[in-house]
Amino acid sequence: MSAVSLAADVRAGRRSAVDVIDEHLARIEAGDGAIHAFLEVTATAARARAAAVDARVAAGEDPGPLAGVPIALKDNLCTRGVPTTCASRILDGWRPPYDATVVSRVVAAGAVPLGKTNLDEFAMGSSTENSAFGPTRNPHDPSRVPGGSSGGSAAAVAARFAPLALGSDTGGSIRQPAALCGVVGLKPTYGLVSRYGLVAFASSLDQIGPFAATVADAATLLGVIAGHDPLDSTSWDAPVPDLLGALGRGVDGLRVGIVRELGGEGIAPDVAARVGQAADALAAAGAKVDEVSVPAARYALSSYYLIAPAECSSNLARYDGVRYGLRVPGDDIGQMYGRTREAGFGAEVKRRIMLGTYALSAGYYDAYYGQAQRARTLLIRDFAAAYESFDVLLSATAPTTAFPLGAKTTDPLSMYLSDVCTIPSNLAGHPAASVPFGTGDDGLPVGVQVLAPALGEVVMFRVAAALEAAAPPGAGR
Amino acid sequence: MAARLTRDEVAHVARLARLELTDDELERFTSQLDAVLDHAADVASLDTAGIPPTAHPLALVNVLRDDVAVAGLARDEVLAMAPQAEDRRFRVPRILGDET
Repeated sequence: MSAVSLAADVRAGRRSAVDVIDEHLARIEAGDGAIHAFLEVTATAARARAAAVDARVAAGEDPGPLAGVPIALKDNLCTRGVPTTCASRILDGWRPPYDATVVSRVVAAGAVPLGKTNLDEFAMGSSTENSAFGPTRNPHDPSRVPGGSSGGSAAAVAARFAPLALGSDTGGSIRQPAALCGVVGLKPTYGLVSRYGLVAFASSLDQIGPFAATVADAATLLGVIAGHDPLDSTSWDAPVPDLLGALGRGVDGLRVGIVRELGGEGIAPDVAARVGQAADALAAAGAKVDEVSVPAARYALSSYYLIAPAECSSNLARYDGVRYGLRVPGDDIGQMYGRTREAGFGAEVKRRIMLGTYALSAGYYDAYYGQAQRARTLLIRDFAAAYESFDVLLSATAPTTAFPLGAKTTDPLSMYLSDVCTIPSNLAGHPAASVPFGTGDDGLPVGVQVLAPALGEVVMFRVAAALEAAAPPGAGR
Repeated sequence: MAARLTRDEVAHVARLARLELTDDELERFTSQLDAVLDHAADVASLDTAGIPPTAHPLALVNVLRDDVAVAGLARDEVLAMAPQAEDRRFRVPRILGDET
């Protein structure tokens, strides 16, 4: 059942929010032992909030567009009084003194958070295997990864533990797990959604976004969380367009460009075939489809693995044992820092801090970080050129279907390649959505990615809705 | 400039990053980081003459608000989460040496 219909039922008094929440909590109880989507289930608070929603309905008030809808929250989103670990030992047990803006907004819209979902530690990873608290398993095949870093949120929606979830996307961390789990997931335009309360990884790349089973639900959730926030100085100060109104408009006359540099031999043949099928479906629906080149996309992966670690090395300097989280004692402050961070951070986080520190260090700053920033400018220019002739771009979301747990953990570089199609949108600050589109040869979900220019969410959703309508049967569970 | 990363350089970077790595980690990270930097060499060797850097995708400059005092976080709630708090402050080990 879609979130939108669920909310309609609750608002009309046809279903009680408490019943809805109980039903979903029971599913989590029965099924999450095998999947481990959640790090924390906040059952008591959820039931209390559901009761409050029902009370408002009974009093003739409107509890909001997401009334009674269960929602799962990635555990790098601050939730006041509720543990927020970022799947790291360095924040184990920490309870934030404030709510993230997106959390306040979904709650004000009547949604009911069920708990905090698993992620790669500090959102660094593409498989959720970097969690300090054990991986999450793909609901379609528990021997496989759900993707990452928002693997828990993607799995929660795929397993029907909640119709909605929030994740964060810095290099593809919403879109890639959405593709691997067979759900809708998107990253909005940079600045459209407030980052206040999102634990920072790479501040010029991070964005919060929705997971849902349908494009309409994802658009509804985005509409609730989007919009200017004075608490986030990088938040875009302009009205949010009507995202839902565009959905049924179809794609007649729209120009769709298949990005050459995001295809080719890096993409598994079965995934590439689905992208081709998606392009054909759009053409059949009236779109003009052609190939397009975004030349600087070739350098996106390398640029990202200089910029993101550099920004992360700065953002993670705050984890020092002073004000929150883990503290390992030392004889002096320096020893305390060194021992705390050594004990508290996992291997991937340490690797990225090291990489970033190196890229920013004297003698290397311009050659690595400076160059990467200039490559970023080239990418933005190449996208701008492409968007002169096309309305949206198309590509695979991930190069393969879900890979087995452990398959890529010994070689960090092979893991990084999972994000080759998603990274360009983060560097450019553009929106992009992954829509489920059939399965691979192994029967596992495939996602097709729709890319749009900055603030192009409306046209992105139009195309995403058309793909959803034309999609071949997905992976049954 | 795409020189092989040495263990000494990695140890130096670890000190800058305040990470007290084990010998095992130093060894492992040296080869792993070297591989990543090798891959990133394509960006390092790009011709970017005359191209300005992009630090941030949004064209925002100097976002300001009115200089009006607003409530901050609840002090007690914040200190309750501190590893060590004393006298309404965070308590930490010695910062300055005996010479000062």
